[in-house]
Amino acid sequence: MTDLSMPQSQTEPRSQSAVGKVALRWLLYVLLGLFALYYLMPLFVMLTTSLKSLEEIRTGSLISLPREVSFDAWKTAWSGACTGIQCEGLRPYFWNSVLIAVPAVAISTLLGALNGYVVAHWRFKGANIIFSLMLFGCFIPFQVVLLPMARLLGMMGIAGTIPGLIFVHVIYGLGFTTLFFRNYYVTIPSELTKAARVDGAGFLRIFWSIFLPLSLPIIVVTVIWQFTQIWNDFLFGVSFSQAGTQPVTVALNNIVNSTTGVKEYNVDMAAAIIAGLPTLLVYVVAGKYFIRGLTAGSVKG
Amino acid sequence: MSEWLENHLPKVVLAPSFIAVLIFVYGFIGWTAWVSLTRSKLLPKYEIKGFIQYERLFDSPRWDTAINNLYIFGALFIVIAMVLGLLLAILLDQKIRVEGAIRTIYLYPMALSMIVTGTAWKWILNPGLGIESMVQGWGFTNFEFDWLVNPDYAIYTIVMAAIWQSSGFVMALFLAGLRSVDGEIIKAAQVDGIPTWRIYTAIIIPSMAPIFLSAFIVLAHLAIKSFDLVIALTGGGPGYATDLPATYMYAMAFSRGDIGQAASSAMIMMLVVFAIVVPYLYSELRAKND
Repeated sequence: MTDLSMPQSQTEPRSQSAVGKVALRWLLYVLLGLFALYYLMPLFVMLTTSLKSLEEIRTGSLISLPREVSFDAWKTAWSGACTGIQCEGLRPYFWNSVLIAVPAVAISTLLGALNGYVVAHWRFKGANIIFSLMLFGCFIPFQVVLLPMARLLGMMGIAGTIPGLIFVHVIYGLGFTTLFFRNYYVTIPSELTKAARVDGAGFLRIFWSIFLPLSLPIIVVTVIWQFTQIWNDFLFGVSFSQAGTQPVTVALNNIVNSTTGVKEYNVDMAAAIIAGLPTLLVYVVAGKYFIRGLTAGSVKG
Repeated sequence: MSEWLENHLPKVVLAPSFIAVLIFVYGFIGWTAWVSLTRSKLLPKYEIKGFIQYERLFDSPRWDTAINNLYIFGALFIVIAMVLGLLLAILLDQKIRVEGAIRTIYLYPMALSMIVTGTAWKWILNPGLGIESMVQGWGFTNFEFDWLVNPDYAIYTIVMAAIWQSSGFVMALFLAGLRSVDGEIIKAAQVDGIPTWRIYTAIIIPSMAPIFLSAFIVLAHLAIKSFDLVIALTGGGPGYATDLPATYMYAMAFSRGDIGQAASSAMIMMLVVFAIVVPYLYSELRAKND
């Protein structure tokens, strides 16, 4: 909306020479380019380091390109690096994360859709208070529920298991998924629901035939948000898992801080890229929805 | 029966989630609050003994360090990320040809796990092989950059990595704010010959006050909850020089076996978050209901 540069070139005082304006423009692009380098540098360093041999890492410079490209570090990171006493690489933990994220995302999104539908279109007495209470739940620092949750998972017999982690992620994802769907559904006119009820459609029928078909964009936003949150989670992963059920972030941290043997920086970097790849891919493919989730999650629309 | 169900179905659908939130958020907060008032050590005890855990907490030098670190980290992180975010947003708002691509580059760190970010920066800041040795290799043999392992400076490495991770997001917030300013007012100001920088400082930025508030809330919230980044980058060290409340709580809960301390530190964290978030959410919800 802010058309600053275009009309400005017509209205600005003539004293500023055209040369000056071109120079300013160049400066702008140079600045933007430098900042782009700043953000890309760590990724570049991770990538080049992961392709170098340990020998080259010790003798070469941080930002130099590898003289000889080697994928050994990637192989080790995927299937041979040690997380403590086990040396199976990141692979089993990567699959743990998939096994945790997929059901947790699906369940919390579905519940969020239903909750959002109720809160936005089936208002009953107290619905607002319920929604506010759920919303506040989004903001608690999870440290405050860590201890009782650990005890509860133990009592339920799912401590240190993947179902236990799915349960935790669903519970603490509900606030956000409900919020996303609620904010989306309030933009659908309530006349639509009323007309459908006059025609004899019930609660579930209206949800299924009217709301769900309209929901694709918000489903994408919610799925991306939840997937990123759950894949990148470390606190729940490290608190509620045990050897063998850890998610990939915990395994990555264990590989990097493993004290056995020689420090293999190239393996660390390859492992970090592998652990970051799924969310990075989602971001590159669906960045628009990712940003929408971020801003919806922070600025209550 | 079926009519009753049809009438009450909305409540029935919402009930499980609501009960879950009541138990797992509010009930659990209550549990933690209760235990923070007991003498619990390795196992929770339920006999209330007053504020003894909080007294221990405020007497603890380690907690003192954690709180000081939170001040340093929080202040620098919030201020620098906001300034940088605003600057980038203004730069990007000048009809840049490849804006989409640049925005993608600035924002991608936000998609990464803090553990990945921490691992990357731990390597870049590695005193023997990272930036220090690179600059030394350029001929500046006296160059020293050992912040990562220096107890006095290690907290600033966490600030650096956190800013790298989050500033692009602040940029996205501000950019959306800049784009939502009324274009007519800006055009009118341009016709009047008001210089661009004055348009920004006098018209656009003041009208973005709510965005500043949102960005502040988000960043403050991130700062208080910071845990993964510290674990991955410094592990809270050297010693406990980079402890934050979140890592203190975790250490007490899972490695020191001091549940009372864990509970009381968690309660303090929650009070800080609530002091920031509750007034904000309250005003937001009220504004919407009016």
